[in-house]
Amino acid sequence: MSGINDFAFRIATVNGTGSASANSLLMQAIFRMGVPVTGKNIFPSNIQGLPTFYEIRVSKDGYTARPPVVDLVVALNPATYARDVALVRPGGYLVYDASWPLDPTLVREGITILGIPFGQLCLEHFVGDRDRTLLRNIVYAGALAALLGIDLDVIARMLTEKFAKKQKLLDANNTAIRLGYDYAKAHCECPLPIHLEPMEATGEFIILDGNTAAALGAVYAGATVGAWYPITPSTSLMEAFKGFCEKFRTDPETGQSRYCIVQAEDELAAAGIAIGAGWAGARAFTNTSGPGISLMQEFIGLAYYTEIPAVFYDVQRTGPATGMPTRTQQGDLLSLAYASHGDTKHIVLFPRDPEDCFRMSVTAFDLAERFQTPVFVASDLDIGMNDWMCRRLTWDDTYRPDRGKVLSADELEGVKKFSRYLDVDGDGIAARSLPGAHPNGAYFVRGSGHDKHGAYTEDSDAYQEVVDRLARKFAGAADVVPGPEIHRQAWADVGIVSLGGCDAAVREAVDQLRERGIAADYMRIRAFPFSAAVKEFLEQYGTVFVVEQNRDAQLRALLTIETGVPRDSMIPVLDYGGMPLTAQVVTMAVANHLTGAHT
Amino acid sequence: MTSIAKPPVRHPGLVRNELGLSVRDYEGSMSTLCAGCGHDSVTAALVQAAWELALPPHRAAKMSGIGCSSKTTAYFMRQSHGFNSVHGRMPSVTTGASAANRDLTYIGISGDGDSLSIGLGQLSHAIRRNVRMLYVIDNNGVYGLTKGQFSASADVGSTSKKGETNVQPPIDPVLLALTLGATFVARSFSGDKAQLVPILKAGLLHNGMALIDVISPCVTFNDHEGSTKSYKFTREHEVEISAADFVPLRREITAPAAEAGVTSVTMHDGSMVRFRQTHDGYDPTSRESAYAHVRACQLRHEVATGLLFIDERGSDMHAMANTVSTPLVDLPYEQLCPGNAALQKLMEKYR
Repeated sequence: MSGINDFAFRIATVNGTGSASANSLLMQAIFRMGVPVTGKNIFPSNIQGLPTFYEIRVSKDGYTARPPVVDLVVALNPATYARDVALVRPGGYLVYDASWPLDPTLVREGITILGIPFGQLCLEHFVGDRDRTLLRNIVYAGALAALLGIDLDVIARMLTEKFAKKQKLLDANNTAIRLGYDYAKAHCECPLPIHLEPMEATGEFIILDGNTAAALGAVYAGATVGAWYPITPSTSLMEAFKGFCEKFRTDPETGQSRYCIVQAEDELAAAGIAIGAGWAGARAFTNTSGPGISLMQEFIGLAYYTEIPAVFYDVQRTGPATGMPTRTQQGDLLSLAYASHGDTKHIVLFPRDPEDCFRMSVTAFDLAERFQTPVFVASDLDIGMNDWMCRRLTWDDTYRPDRGKVLSADELEGVKKFSRYLDVDGDGIAARSLPGAHPNGAYFVRGSGHDKHGAYTEDSDAYQEVVDRLARKFAGAADVVPGPEIHRQAWADVGIVSLGGCDAAVREAVDQLRERGIAADYMRIRAFPFSAAVKEFLEQYGTVFVVEQNRDAQLRALLTIETGVPRDSMIPVLDYGGMPLTAQVVTMAVANHLTGAHT
Repeated sequence: MTSIAKPPVRHPGLVRNELGLSVRDYEGSMSTLCAGCGHDSVTAALVQAAWELALPPHRAAKMSGIGCSSKTTAYFMRQSHGFNSVHGRMPSVTTGASAANRDLTYIGISGDGDSLSIGLGQLSHAIRRNVRMLYVIDNNGVYGLTKGQFSASADVGSTSKKGETNVQPPIDPVLLALTLGATFVARSFSGDKAQLVPILKAGLLHNGMALIDVISPCVTFNDHEGSTKSYKFTREHEVEISAADFVPLRREITAPAAEAGVTSVTMHDGSMVRFRQTHDGYDPTSRESAYAHVRACQLRHEVATGLLFIDERGSDMHAMANTVSTPLVDLPYEQLCPGNAALQKLMEKYR
């Protein structure tokens, strides 16, 4: 890090002041210069007035994980000066608002301090508090463009696109950009040694957040019923679904909707609606976060036992309880895998980035209908809400949904006695009938004990026959869900296992470890239940590290329970403070462990 | 229906409806409720109502939660799908099913525990959404399956079988529904089949949620002296404030009669509900007068029954959501997936 097209910077402001659009502008401008870039929005659970940060990492090598330190900080919030200045790497830069005298908190040896009077410039050139506050963000964007060598033409084009029909706003924004740009040019050495130079590395990429991608996946999968209760950080998923449906699912002639979105009274109802719709034959989903998953437990068990498909997106946040709603974590792994009372096990998919969210959405609906069961997509706040550079999404127009075993009216016509839970094919999956299809397909869904025909039972053998088949069905899913992605290199003597949003940091760590002479193979787990390849990997190495973002090593616990590989043979690497994982955490944990083991 | 299993043979002389089905074809499996349970009478009335309307059984779905009332969905219409879900959550499951397939007739059976305690929130919000369904509350003021605890509909001063006195005020589903904007509100008594059947028929055809509170005595735990949900108490205190006749479109078409004391309301399918006023000045199309009359009866320790309020002009969930008329489950995938060309165009927005 710290060079041309290889640096990171952080903008520290107060939330509710309009800095988000300036930050997106900067990130997108860098992206359009062809340079790989990622943004992390570190925001408070609040509407206005609390500290908020935006971190942008520029990486010519395409690394997207959060950087551990930054090269430059724009410190615009006095409340966080001390924290902000501490984050600057030695030799780095601090930009402050020189409208006021330099705060002593910001003074630090070994860094370059650059003062730009953002407030003063706005005061002189704009009228009214609102404009002055909002445009201050654009002024700092202009200053950063000069300092970091961001192409001003690119920014100008973006502003023109954005404010095409709002000439007054366009003019004001252009003025603000120039104010910052010109001041920095005149008063600082521009560009700084850390700066951008155009590349051609983003042509096949887009900037997208995981919630939008997951929503798009639900649209393409053919989901028609979405039920939800607003909760950070999953809210934007349903909002995106609604937006896409309005665009793509409005009947051109009648203006009517080919979808139904229900904002429920709580997460229990949201789960019930998704399950009711799944039972009736629709592709249905709900999106939530940890607290919602806790509330949905009873319904999840019902859907599991009565074998009703539904997709649950869990955009995980920091728990337990309310926890830190705007911080990320992978703390729901165990509660998803075994959600609800009694013996239950569920298919869980672990997307690593927005592209995965799109693909796995479709996979989730197929698996839910094929296995007639709830399927979880375990995303997290970092994936769901942050701007990721990921590959441009494509769609195979020959795709058709896997509806699983659903008996048609014609097939039911010849059925004398329909037995809902009879395993005819020996794969643990019984055929279902949809309500309304045919009188011969009528059956009674019950969460109470039932036999293979669907009839009420309190008989031990009849009960066990059904739950044993459910176990076989689940075991069969291990060969169908996405298998692990394994990256090997020659002579590796350690293995690293991880999942979900940790992937970017772990892949970067593998490269860092190689530079230190440590060859590590890496397995990214993509789904639960685990396929046989997962256990094989765990048994191949003398030392296996399991990297995850929770306190209790939940993935390791799951691996131990489900593969039988001894718990203590896997070294946990845990990061659960709520921030996106950095490669350094992984590199240091692995390197330190190995050094310790050798001495 | 009865605790005695009926022989499977059908009497050849049984009357058939327009679908060629006899009333026996609308029955279900044998009831496991206590002999004399009011819920079995409600089931019998439902069988009669569905048969008289000639509902195609497989186009109906029976929805329930948990409790004695919820068990009854197994005891009628065996050729219909049934969904015995989780306690107090039938409204959300029905909401989802209706969202997916708007063409089925949804028959929700609940109880006072299921709807007024654990499921009060779900009931309230299903009313607000106006999910098109029949919503029957078999109301007995008591938790039967767990052996006799008071429910949220127990009146102040009523006593349990063990002699305890209820001191908490009751929740009246009728007043609740009127307050929340329900478009069809009725109360009846399981012992009054003549009143119940036409109300159920009207409810089954209502363009929105038809909420029917049925006082349905629990013979085992709440049919004693001191109970206000007993057969004796209800018979003595029931006041029918509007009597409904149901006139299906296909049977008889009569001009809205200008008979004195009769109000006619046309249902969305063209059939008609006619009210005979049994109470001076009662107007079943006025939410305010319905509320006032129910309250006035309550203060006199009377139970107001009949079709208390109806509004056929209200919008149901699908009208509010402006959903296509084809059930969503019947839309071909090609109408749901925008395809790769649209995706590639969309991708430009993210560059």
